Amino acid sequence: MTSLATTLSDSVVITKRNLIKVKRVPDLVVFATLSPIMFVLLFRYVFGGAIGGLPPGVSYAEFLLPGIFAQTIVLGSTTTGASIAEDLQKGLVDRFRSLPMAPAAVLVGRTVADAGLNIISIAVMALTGLVVGWRINSSVPEAVAGFLVLLLFAFAISWLMALVGLLVRTPEVVNNASFIVIFPLTFVANTFVPLETFPSVLRTFAEWNPVSAVVQAARNLFGNTSDQVPVPDAWSLQNPVLYTLIWVVVILAVFVPLSVRQFRRTASR
Amino acid sequence: MRTVENGVRELSVGAASVRGMSDAIVVEGLVKRFGATTALDGVDLTVAEGSVLGLLGPNGAGKTTVVRVLTTLLQADAGRVEVVGLDVARDADRVRAAIGLTGQYAAVDEYLTGFENLEMVGRLYHLPKAEARRRAGELLERFDLSDAAGRPAKTYSGGMRRRLDIAASLINRPRVLFLDEPTTGLDPRSRLAMWEFIAELADGGTTILLTTQYLEEADRLADRMVVIDRGRVIARGTGDDLKAQVGGQRLEFTLARAVDLGEVARRLAPLAVEDPHSDEQSRRLSLPVRGGTEVLAEALRLLEGSGVEVLDVGLRRPDLDDVFLTLTGRAAEEVATDEPTPEPIPTGAAR
Repeated sequence: MTSLATTLSDSVVITKRNLIKVKRVPDLVVFATLSPIMFVLLFRYVFGGAIGGLPPGVSYAEFLLPGIFAQTIVLGSTTTGASIAEDLQKGLVDRFRSLPMAPAAVLVGRTVADAGLNIISIAVMALTGLVVGWRINSSVPEAVAGFLVLLLFAFAISWLMALVGLLVRTPEVVNNASFIVIFPLTFVANTFVPLETFPSVLRTFAEWNPVSAVVQAARNLFGNTSDQVPVPDAWSLQNPVLYTLIWVVVILAVFVPLSVRQFRRTASR
Repeated sequence: MRTVENGVRELSVGAASVRGMSDAIVVEGLVKRFGATTALDGVDLTVAEGSVLGLLGPNGAGKTTVVRVLTTLLQADAGRVEVVGLDVARDADRVRAAIGLTGQYAAVDEYLTGFENLEMVGRLYHLPKAEARRRAGELLERFDLSDAAGRPAKTYSGGMRRRLDIAASLINRPRVLFLDEPTTGLDPRSRLAMWEFIAELADGGTTILLTTQYLEEADRLADRMVVIDRGRVIARGTGDDLKAQVGGQRLEFTLARAVDLGEVARRLAPLAVEDPHSDEQSRRLSLPVRGGTEVLAEALRLLEGSGVEVLDVGLRRPDLDDVFLTLTGRAAEEVATDEPTPEPIPTGAAR
């Protein structure tokens, strides 16, 4: 069995490798940051005026930004699957598997590097948000905790996407397939609008949708809540941080072993 | 020549069948199935330490599957598979530390530079950082990549990527190197250069298992060959053994006048080991013989004073293409391009 130290040092090597790609292909960073900016501006100014349900005096920018953060980084974590599929296609997975390295390291290195990319996009979004009127109304530790909850959840989704990438094996298909799942998941939630406007079945789904909890947790921690926008009574939204962390733990507990197992028996073609 | 079990023609019986401590690779009764398909159906082979084995066969024959099992990427369903004396399933990590693999597709990270690629692989072999960097520099030099060391591999030509890929598999000074179709897709010049690199490695004492569809490649690089088709070994031996099996050598004459064909055949009858074949139209005579070039001299002596005008004469030995045709009933090229059954792939995999 590979020791923890080996797994860590191998993971560092792979993380470095993945981050070098980010440095060499600036388009990656440009698009990872451009689309969040676009989302912030679109929702703030195109839909912001039309989206109802918010009482007067409540800033849509403050309501919106935590939702945009969540949607963007969840979508961003699909990169993990596409990149792993690409490594498979190019024979790199065969190379790694023929080396005496820790088998988990390729996946750890991938998901950690993608978390790095997510940090970049969240920073860009936060700056754009400040420009369009979003504010953090809480303390520094609370704000940091808010960002951490977002990043942790995205990291867990990365591991789920890693398994998808290993199974699907074609980067384009990974992208399309995950979009079909992730897009509704991030829209049937409290991301962009309060849940009161939802029909009842959809509303129950949205209340228990982990994305809603992530968004609610971020709103609470950034102080972007208002007495005039009541939080639904569902336990998941009354305890959003705890509920999110439970999801993170469950996803990791299921998909880390599954992905590593799949990696050990996957050969390029 | 003798026939052993499952119809495999065991050729050079002497040295070849002696199996001992000096075998770097031992494969016995290797079976690998993918669902209902049996990709490998009882493959036996050994590779002596420091020698080069050419594993020949058309596409889909199972060559890559053999390499994948030997390099721990796939688990065998049955059989004994040992590399440097270690069981590939039980001792996978120690096997990995002792081998190098260059797959069919140059497995280099195209965003990393040549140097970074080699350094990364060195680090993953757990070489200390300084040592990994030193080896990377050395190998780039050796594979004529020093000038391109600082450029991302994306900018490399196909031949350069292959060289970088082989360099990566040599970082840890492997005792056994696996090369899966190392020259497929290379232009003739890069192919020749690759052959020289491989020959140098072999001269340096590295045990090499090389798969190829190119008979010329195996003939040139391999000490011994194993021919597989549809997951079974159909022949083995040295290139010369395989050629001898196809009917040995023949004297070929082209004459100025077709009427002399009979006269030549009559005079050379003492040398023939089988009936000669003559073709009036091309004025050619083909005479199966045994022996070396002295047969040629003897034949010319027998024709002295006959008045026959010989335009061309030669001692022709069959090449591996003839071997393949004889063994499989199909020409190697033909099989390689028309093969309808692709090599099966593991678990839930799409190509």
